[in-house]
Amino acid sequence: MAESDTTSKALSEAPPQVSEWRRFRRVFFQRRMVIFGLFILLILGFTAIFADWLAPYDPYKQDLNNILLQPSKAHLLGTDAIGRDTLSRLIYGTRTALTVGFLAMAISASIGVTLGIIAGYFGGITNIVIMRFTDVLMPFPMIVLALLIAALLGGGIHNVILALGIATVPVYTRVTCGMALSIRENDYIMAERAMGASHMRMIMRHVLPNAFPPIIVVITLQLGFLILSEASLSFLGIGIEPPGAAWGAMVNEGYRYLVKLPILSFAPGAAIMLVVFAFNMVGDGLRDALDPRLRGTL
Amino acid sequence: MTTYIVRRLMQALFVLIMVTLVIFFAMRLLPGDPLVIYIGQSQQFSSLSEEGLEKLRHQFGLDKPIMIQYANWIYGVVRGDFGNSIFYTQPVGRLILERYPVTIHLGLLAFILSTILGILAGLLAAIRRGKWADRVVTPLTYIGITVPIFWLGILMIYTFGLKLNWLPIIGYTSPLDDFWLSTKQAIMPVTCLSVGALAATARQMRSSMLEVIRQDYIRTAWSKGLRERLIIVRHALKNSLIPVITVLGLHLGWILGGSVIIETVFSIPGIGYLMVTSIFSQDYAVVQSCTLIFAVMIIFANLIVDISYGWLDPRIKYG
Repeated sequence: MAESDTTSKALSEAPPQVSEWRRFRRVFFQRRMVIFGLFILLILGFTAIFADWLAPYDPYKQDLNNILLQPSKAHLLGTDAIGRDTLSRLIYGTRTALTVGFLAMAISASIGVTLGIIAGYFGGITNIVIMRFTDVLMPFPMIVLALLIAALLGGGIHNVILALGIATVPVYTRVTCGMALSIRENDYIMAERAMGASHMRMIMRHVLPNAFPPIIVVITLQLGFLILSEASLSFLGIGIEPPGAAWGAMVNEGYRYLVKLPILSFAPGAAIMLVVFAFNMVGDGLRDALDPRLRGTL
Repeated sequence: MTTYIVRRLMQALFVLIMVTLVIFFAMRLLPGDPLVIYIGQSQQFSSLSEEGLEKLRHQFGLDKPIMIQYANWIYGVVRGDFGNSIFYTQPVGRLILERYPVTIHLGLLAFILSTILGILAGLLAAIRRGKWADRVVTPLTYIGITVPIFWLGILMIYTFGLKLNWLPIIGYTSPLDDFWLSTKQAIMPVTCLSVGALAATARQMRSSMLEVIRQDYIRTAWSKGLRERLIIVRHALKNSLIPVITVLGLHLGWILGGSVIIETVFSIPGIGYLMVTSIFSQDYAVVQSCTLIFAVMIIFANLIVDISYGWLDPRIKYG
């Protein structure tokens, strides 16, 4: 008993796994841009969580005596058309962007991965039906799909999350299905089947863990594009309701005062770009570190 | 090849039917009776009795089984009858016919521009890997993919329109009416539309070119003493284009999606702008038709991409 315990322990701590983690760290932290991206994401996460303490002013408080102020010591990025502090709204916008991004990702990843595993693992007619649906949705511009869904459900932030969540399901389905299809063909899967393992156990123990690396890469890359899409939708006026702070809506509001106060539009736009850029960098870094063969496919 | 094309056509038809089903039922899933929504918005019907409602329902064919309604809608669409716009009080078909050429004009320009420039940029970055050309192109592709295009549009309007006064800031003119003005007005929107696809094409081209020039047959070509230009153009280019072509359909989708945003930024009367404004006026027939038009364009583009893909790579079995 004791002997088999040590053997299994030795096996679970076998060198390849340790070196894999080390290799991951080496490749991941090797590129400066990846570290830069990670750094930005940490700052943004911190900003979103501690927005209440970081914001110098109440982001919703109007001050009609101080409208459209140029940047100054009191208002580092100036104020908007109804006297709200731009920097404070920018800080609260971080919260909006990250919340929408993560919730929409949670919706699409859970639906997409489930469908992908079902399609890939069971194959046959299930595969055909699910993948055909995916093919229908895949080439469709996310923004048009989200617009259609938002038009049907109405504008609020919850509907935007739902719309983006549904619109991005196909990406996960396709990746997971491909992984499940290839994992299914392995001998150890057949061996486990012969030993009478249930489908649930097979999926949980083998398919999901093996499909995990590409999924985590897709999640990271998608987070950036979800935030970009949320910004696009709120730029068009769909999404967060007026007093709330969203970067896309801020760019649109600032557009009207472009001649007088361009920073009103420039600052939130730069914030959007920085976030999307950071998620892309970290996603690329993860992809190269987890599996270099995925380069160019994800 | 013919069987492949026929097969692919059937597939496109199938996808088209699925898309129409999704769009149709999505509109029917709207909370509330489409008729009540319609009446609620048009003044002349707002004081109708239950009996009058029934009559109208019959008139619009809404008392028929849902599949018959779907068939009627498809039958109308095929003949160019998209129903009526409540907001514009004219047939949706006419609205779309007016705006369709605008979106196609700018979209196609952006697509051609992004494809050609993207391929050239990626090619340059690959064959001069690590040199200054690569060091300029590769970071630019990251920026191109991540920049919010509505923001880029506003930056360009500020710089080239307001400060430098080089270009008109908004609007659209048909090239048939005034070619010079049309071109000047198209520069900024087309640049914004093409930026994402251009960057993605360049990245794809760079990585697939780097993949191809490592192959044995390229080494053979070098060892035969061929010039670099000949090796790249005659031997490497065609193979490295294959992965690029596969994603072109996706890029056209991006460009069309982008047109929704860019047409709003630059006040361009195209399908995208029509769709956005119709969402706010709750003009569902228009939203539905615009979505359908976008879908048809994308399905058609993917069809062409797949067929040209088969033509470019004879290794693909048309099974």
